[in-house]
Amino acid sequence: MSAPGAVALTGIAHRFGGATALTGVDLGIAAGEYVTLLGPSGCGKTTLLNVLGGFLRPDAGSVRIGAEDVTDRPAARRPTATVFQDYALFPHMTLAENVAFGLRMAGMGRGARRARAEEMLALVGLGGLGANRPHMLSGGQRQRVALARALAVQPAVLLLDEPLGALDLKLRRAMQDELKTIHRQLGTTFVHVTHDQEEAMAIADRIVVMNAGQIEDDGPPERVYRKPATLFAAGFMGEMNRIPGEAQGGKLETAFGVVPADGAGRHVLCLRPEAVGPGRTGLQIGPAKVRDAAFFGTYIRAHLEPRAAPGLILVAHLPPGPVPTEGAEMDLGADMSDLNIYREP
Amino acid sequence: MDQDRRRGWALTGPALVWTVAFFVVPFLVMAAMSLATLEGRELVWELSFANYGELAEKAYLARAIQVSLEITLTVTVISVLLAYPLAWVVAFHIPPRWQRLALVLAILPFWTSYVVRSYAWLLVLAREGVVNQTLMGLGLISEPVTLANTRLATVTGFVHFFVMLLTLTIYANLVRLSPNYARAAADLGAGPVATFRHVILPLTLPGVVTGAFLTFVLCIGDYVTPQILGGNTELTVPQVIMVQLGRRADFPLASALALVLMAIVTLAYLASARWLRLDRV
Amino acid sequence: MLRVLPWAYLALALAFIYLPVAVLVLFSFQGGALPVPPFDGPSGQWYAEVLSDEDLVGALWRSVAVAAGSAALAVALGFGAALGLARHVLPGALAVRALLIAPLTVSYLIVGLGLLILFQRLGLGPSLWAVGVGHVVINLPLAFAILYAAMGAEQERAEQAARDLGAGEAQVIVLVTLPMLAPALLAAFFLSVTLSWDEFIIAFLLSRFDVTLPVEIWSLLRSGLSPRLNAIGSVVFLVSVAAVLLVEALLLRRRRA
Repeated sequence: MSAPGAVALTGIAHRFGGATALTGVDLGIAAGEYVTLLGPSGCGKTTLLNVLGGFLRPDAGSVRIGAEDVTDRPAARRPTATVFQDYALFPHMTLAENVAFGLRMAGMGRGARRARAEEMLALVGLGGLGANRPHMLSGGQRQRVALARALAVQPAVLLLDEPLGALDLKLRRAMQDELKTIHRQLGTTFVHVTHDQEEAMAIADRIVVMNAGQIEDDGPPERVYRKPATLFAAGFMGEMNRIPGEAQGGKLETAFGVVPADGAGRHVLCLRPEAVGPGRTGLQIGPAKVRDAAFFGTYIRAHLEPRAAPGLILVAHLPPGPVPTEGAEMDLGADMSDLNIYREP
Repeated sequence: MDQDRRRGWALTGPALVWTVAFFVVPFLVMAAMSLATLEGRELVWELSFANYGELAEKAYLARAIQVSLEITLTVTVISVLLAYPLAWVVAFHIPPRWQRLALVLAILPFWTSYVVRSYAWLLVLAREGVVNQTLMGLGLISEPVTLANTRLATVTGFVHFFVMLLTLTIYANLVRLSPNYARAAADLGAGPVATFRHVILPLTLPGVVTGAFLTFVLCIGDYVTPQILGGNTELTVPQVIMVQLGRRADFPLASALALVLMAIVTLAYLASARWLRLDRV
Repeated sequence: MLRVLPWAYLALALAFIYLPVAVLVLFSFQGGALPVPPFDGPSGQWYAEVLSDEDLVGALWRSVAVAAGSAALAVALGFGAALGLARHVLPGALAVRALLIAPLTVSYLIVGLGLLILFQRLGLGPSLWAVGVGHVVINLPLAFAILYAAMGAEQERAEQAARDLGAGEAQVIVLVTLPMLAPALLAAFFLSVTLSWDEFIIAFLLSRFDVTLPVEIWSLLRSGLSPRLNAIGSVVFLVSVAAVLLVEALLLRRRRA
């Protein structure tokens, strides 16, 4: 627990005026982990990052980084550095001056500063551009400078606040790969806030799904995607078919038959589109009519009307092949291991 | 939190103290002064509304208020009518990259000192001035017309100044309009006139009203322009105030008139508050 | 026809706007003693006369001193207030802002009259200092408004980033806030200088012997039209225009940056 990059947030609660932003959040992060805080806007993920970075004092709870309690310390005296959403580069300084700013504050000499800034700019692929000014750069380049500036102070924990939000899709993918590479090189703890679940899955060792000021799920990307802890996490991690059912005596009764389940009362059986397909056994969906279908490259996306449940429309990602015609019928099923069952809220 | 607040007050405090000491307090002293009276050369500090009563009794005071209002309203209306098309031409007929320059050039004389500006108009309108000489040269008149020292001269001087001010504020509103509003209106079948009436004008109205309000405030409180250009045939409220100060040192009456001036401005503010955007001038 | 109309209107409007300025400047080079047609110059005699007039030159320097001094103080006070209100949570901040802006909506005549009465009550006679005080009152709201508007979210984020990287409060102000605000600070300063330099009524009410240039021009006006006045007016205009163009250039540079 005392490794310098380890983080422990305990019982963090905060309100903005009348609005609750965080309600007693507990979160531990191991040194060197890459964690993403994922959730819709207003879920409290940025608030939690601000608490961690020292920009906001929580109403309750404590923040430990490494062996120290830093709850009462301002941002300037925490071993964290932040990459801001809009980069917040100093427009009146050159790139090298921007990157060296933290070192200057730490009292490092001019020569050493300059050398280190150049090194950091090289790390993010902007070697030799130190004399330029921020307004001469593209969005992607500014992003890299912001990253280099934060990394230059060798923080124990690097905080990234939706750092790729302003970039276009192609550039975002490239930066995701790069962030991952840099993380592996440095071994620093990264805490990255995003609302994009694909981005979270692309880079994180661990995803923390948040909603309404609370943690909904917390685990490795694959587990969070395949076996989400809550209905909210299931919905936020990707598209879902929701099949209603009634649970009783260890069983859930649905329009497509009975599956084992705990609890009682109204429940929802969730199924990812790629889990639905012809020739699968376990849950028998039975014959269904194709409503429409479209070719998506690696799969065919289809809307289907199962005969057993009139009014319900399922989304399926079928394996590539000839696109089924409208009105065609197919026999559908799903593997038992792909089913997730939640109590209806 | 407490430290944050203390720091905030320490930074804001000096400006606040300055404004209170040299703006709020003088205003209060002036308000108190308006309730005193002058007897002979002596100030008498008894609460009395005698000074305000004089507004009703002495015809020249009521007349001054009327003259001020007439001039100010005339100037405001004419200035808006002249400035709107000018702002329009700059915003929609001049290529965007030259607009800023065109605007700066169009309103450069705005920055002449107003004493100098009024003097310059006096030169233009004088009996032997450019206008009279030109008109005579063209044979339109046979002898000089009296232009200076009239209300016409005062209005001309004011309009000259406020056309520039209003062009600036109206232009700022016009360029902020997305061209898609006009396109959408045209797309839906509106002709140019209907587009202007139902779309452009309502959208730019806050800017126009804000500019008109500023015009009103600055115009009704100005002493220099009517004093230089209007002569002494009719007096505006600021001129009467200065007469009280200069000739009779009647500070109580001057203070009362100043408060009346402020009351008129407040009424104008209330009348136009719906459309005012003073934070976006 | 319709295509010519806008340009014709522009030409007419510009003619109206520049007519008095053109006449003013043209007849400042008049040869004779009356600044009216026919023009019989050019002659530089009036400028020579103006520049050797000690009263005028003295008034000019007093105007420069009052303008520079009051503008500097107004900008300093306005900067403090803008920083305090933009970066700290203060109770009643809305009312404080309204109070700081309030002098903008009151005629200079009333500001001057109020100060005149106050100073008289306090037993302080008219002086150049009193004029300076009045000019700070009218320029403070503008300086405050300009600087407050310039301290937007972008700047706040940069200040936060500096703190995050270990800068103390003083370092944040010196290394980030002030340099980032430099164009706005200069714009506020030169706008204040221009307004103070041109201001007449407050200076007229609050000074007696050590008058500023607009007041000196005012008293010369009483002796009637003269090319001398044209020459002074042209000089005053030139100074104002130089300050305005400087502000414009600064703001333009900032937008490009």
